[in-house]
Amino acid sequence: MLEVTALSKTFAGFKAVNQANLAVEKGEIVAVIGPNGAGKTTLFNLITGIIKPDSGRVLFKKEDITGLAPYEVCRKRISRSFQIVNVFQRLTVFENVQISVLSREKKTWNLFTPSASLAIKETDEILESVGLLKKKNRTTALLSHGDRKVLEIAMALGGSPEFLILDEPTAGMAAEETSRCIDLIKKLSRTMGLTILFCEHDMEIVFGIANRIMVMVRGGTVIQGSCGEVRCNEAVQDAYLGGSDTCLKAS
Amino acid sequence: MSRKTLLGLGLGIIALLLLPLFLPRFYVYLASIILLYGLLATSLNLVLGYGGIFQFHHAVFYGVGAYGTTLMLMKTSLPALCAFIAGPLVSAAFGFLLGIICIRLSKLYFGMLQISLGSLVWVIVYRWYAFTGGDDGIHGIPMPEMLSSPKSAYYFTLIITLVSLFIMWKMIRSPFGSVLQGIRDNPVRSEMIGINVRRHQLLALVLAGFFAGVAGSLFVVVDNTVFPDMLFWTLSLEIVIMCLLGGWFTFLGPMLGAAVIVALRTFVSTYTDYWALVLGITMMLVIFFLPSGILGYVEDKFKRGFIEPEIEEQ
Ligand SMILES: Nc1ncnc2c1ncn2[C@@H]1O[C@H](COP(=O)(O)OP(=O)(O)O)[C@@H](O)[C@H]1O
Ligand SMILES: [Mg+2]
Repeated sequence: MLEVTALSKTFAGFKAVNQANLAVEKGEIVAVIGPNGAGKTTLFNLITGIIKPDSGRVLFKKEDITGLAPYEVCRKRISRSFQIVNVFQRLTVFENVQISVLSREKKTWNLFTPSASLAIKETDEILESVGLLKKKNRTTALLSHGDRKVLEIAMALGGSPEFLILDEPTAGMAAEETSRCIDLIKKLSRTMGLTILFCEHDMEIVFGIANRIMVMVRGGTVIQGSCGEVRCNEAVQDAYLGGSDTCLKAS
Repeated sequence: MSRKTLLGLGLGIIALLLLPLFLPRFYVYLASIILLYGLLATSLNLVLGYGGIFQFHHAVFYGVGAYGTTLMLMKTSLPALCAFIAGPLVSAAFGFLLGIICIRLSKLYFGMLQISLGSLVWVIVYRWYAFTGGDDGIHGIPMPEMLSSPKSAYYFTLIITLVSLFIMWKMIRSPFGSVLQGIRDNPVRSEMIGINVRRHQLLALVLAGFFAGVAGSLFVVVDNTVFPDMLFWTLSLEIVIMCLLGGWFTFLGPMLGAAVIVALRTFVSTYTDYWALVLGITMMLVIFFLPSGILGYVEDKFKRGFIEPEIEEQ
């Protein structure tokens, strides 16, 4: 479904993403792992158009979407959440998601119908599915960090995506919030049939939910393969997992 | 909207309707000026408070609207109504033009470029004697019979202002208004949920320009003059302060700010020539002590009563 080929981006001489390759099939959950500063966020920014790549290609459903503006990427049914919480902080939880729904329904040029009467059902459904319905009237500035991370996902869902990109969805969450978030991701994949690409630091989470894993080091792709293949890859162990016993333990 | 608010609004409007029956001529004039400045500040707030766009030279659109209407009245034989419609439309067109040039820049840079381009417009108006009357401006602009007394000018201003406010209020509550506030809070996120940020901002700038032009035309009705200072940057500063003082995240804040500033200016300038100094000090006091403005402060106090218990129960 998504195919990234030799994608590169240099910031002032620093190769943040360097010849990265990635393939995601429909219905899969693919994880990108790699140490801090490996270029995971930058890779997601390149795919979603927030940053323009220097070279390389991004194909989505066989269509070239390299260098499209973020709003155009979104209209191809690719949504994402951000690592650093990126919501509308003066608006309520409901409004945050509603704007996303209104945008998908192409109602944003409507100047005279009250927003309060539009997209209510759709928005409530999304809030229900992520478990934020009870807090819908709260200003986002008053939410806990974990709830704001979940709101990130809810906003992404407002665009009715086929392809969902999550940048460290559980980062900074308490243990209980984390497990709820993981259940949510599984649910999105299973019951809604979303294809999901995410990155995550916690290896347990990664091996728990990913079908396949792409390992990124210093901006480049080390390997992409099944969990087992990645676990037993020597280069990965040297660079990231550290120690060869992880492979043995797993098998 | 709650019943109480509606009742308050109704009473306010009745008071405004009755006001000329009691007040002497000068105060009727002053009330008209407050109304049209309030409209002007509200139109700025559409892009400043709700859109998060640093529109630092809003007076340009006010001045262009006033000159547009005046020149139509003086140089053509079209009915006055055409002139009153043309002024705001010219302002809206200007909003589009300046917008499309400045919109590529972000935040402060947008404001700086706008100040420079706006000052250019001011210079043209100031120098082009043959067309705009130069630094003298144009005086004794003929009004249709209906609008020639201060009282009728007041009622005209009141009605147009109320209608304009109502339209802007609807817009802020529309999907477009929601999107605009989303863009203010977070442009990157807005793009990522499928919104073409620049285009929405551009429309906001056009609308703000239009209503600033309406305010400009109203000034022509009330004062029967135009002069280049109407689009000088100091007025722009004054309008920004009206928004900040009244509360730039509230709808009626700018109107309140306009009332305070216009009253203060009228009062202060009978005692001293240092209005700019008073304005500067006001601005500093507001920024330090009332960062969300008078109405913003009141609203915060009011809201907190509702929200805090809700958090505690968590
Ligand atoms: N906009 C930017 N300008 C300059 N350097 C950047 C920018 N974005 C990211 N980088 C650099 O690129 C590298 C990769 O960052 P990032 O993609 O955030 O890594 P990760 O998400 O894997 O932790 C980091 O060294 C970071 O400092
Ligand atoms: Mg990152």
